[in-house]
Amino acid sequence: MLEKIAPGRLVRPVVALVVLAAIWQLVLILTGVPRYILPSPMAVGSALIEQRALLAHHAGITAIEIVAGLIGGILLGLATALALARFRALRRTLLPLLLISQAIPLFALAPILMLWLGYGLGPKILMAMVIIYFPVASTGYDGLRQTPQGWLDLARTFGLSRRQQLLKVQLPAALPSLASGLRMAASAAPIGAVIGEWVGSSQGLGYLMLNANARLQIDLMFAALVVLVAFAVLLYFGVDAALRLSMPWHRDRVESGS
Amino acid sequence: MPPPGLVVRQASLTFGNRPLFHGLQARFDAGSWTCLLGRSGSGKSSLLRMIASLRLPDNHHLDLATSDGAPLTGRLAWMAQQDLLVPWQRVVGNVMLGSHWRGRPAPEDRQRAQRLLDQVGLADKAGQWPDELSGGQRQRVALARTLFEDASVVLMDEPFSAVDAITRLELHDLASRLLADRTVIMVTHDPLEALRLADRILILQGEPARLVSIPVPEGARPRPLDNIDLQRRQAELVTRLRESAHA
Repeated sequence: MLEKIAPGRLVRPVVALVVLAAIWQLVLILTGVPRYILPSPMAVGSALIEQRALLAHHAGITAIEIVAGLIGGILLGLATALALARFRALRRTLLPLLLISQAIPLFALAPILMLWLGYGLGPKILMAMVIIYFPVASTGYDGLRQTPQGWLDLARTFGLSRRQQLLKVQLPAALPSLASGLRMAASAAPIGAVIGEWVGSSQGLGYLMLNANARLQIDLMFAALVVLVAFAVLLYFGVDAALRLSMPWHRDRVESGS
Repeated sequence: MPPPGLVVRQASLTFGNRPLFHGLQARFDAGSWTCLLGRSGSGKSSLLRMIASLRLPDNHHLDLATSDGAPLTGRLAWMAQQDLLVPWQRVVGNVMLGSHWRGRPAPEDRQRAQRLLDQVGLADKAGQWPDELSGGQRQRVALARTLFEDASVVLMDEPFSAVDAITRLELHDLASRLLADRTVIMVTHDPLEALRLADRILILQGEPARLVSIPVPEGARPRPLDNIDLQRRQAELVTRLRESAHA
């Protein structure tokens, strides 16, 4: 069923992209902006092709940071949500801290992480993790807390332990709420990695963009941006597809609804 | 194992600072079906939750004894007004939900769940998602899930109130047959339902409330609708319930 729908679904985004490129080109022609401010879509396209080896190398680094950050952030966020739901004492101490941590601007955190962890992959992965952690932890905890009382009643008469209740009843009941957190996390993950690269690095798409900018290779800078956007979109749809697979009872409704 | 009878003593419930009942006593005979009636807010659902030792927000207390002296834990099944089917299990998985939640269901659990689905007339729906069922069908699955627990005491809180009248009558026949020889306590709003199914009818009335026993019609349950005695007693029972509001 998915295969039948896929081509039809792809047509509109492709048309939108072509129209966007046409408008872009039109603006160039009408305003005469110099190409070191805004390169033409054709120039960006040819930079994508000509510099593909360079782009692929840096994209690979950024991809590793994003995926490692995503996995780490999801695991840590989920563990936090479960621990918060299970232990009352932890809620009292950790919940305020968690909220305060959200007030720290990510940009301010990046130089500190560089200082502590150096210029390697570590601090970028950590940045991506930090940005993913909170939406996962908070939507996960919300979902775990809002289990309908009727299911908890059933769990009680079935004689479940607190642990069984958390993992067998509250966790699956929290999945729809958690899913929205995971989608948010997927679209935020590239931001964390790129901020990390901007603050200090020697590889990755963020580094490549800064470097190209300094050398006035604006077409290469835009090409790196295009790759980054493609990552973000792929990641979003990848996570979305994984979520649908893990909630087969949701799928039919979503598909017939769209 | 024969079902135990239940004895409730010193049941009290306070809502805010208004006592709904205190020092309430009740006996539920082994293997009998008791219907608990009363106006909304009389505390009948709370009383049932207390017997099931489920969470309640208000101040409450209850001494519960069983006729055989053994604890009720593990011998009790619960059925609520909502079907409480979980969307992440297929129909057959919902029937053996207790097995899923306590661990990993064994192959014989699946066979038993399938047999129960057969008994409630939904054998062909086993592989579907709960979403695809009608309200009446969902409540039948809930009944099968209740039966799957194979408990000798079954507590039901308005289990058939969310379905249409005809479906309700069908569910009465089904439940009465499948829950024979168990100790059943059912809270209901529907006088007709009580008169069809109960061996004993108790009304919770007054403030603070007392339990008043009402005679039931003759004949074996589920009593048919054209039972003359049932029709006569329905009018009586409705009158009693209306009086209890003004008492």
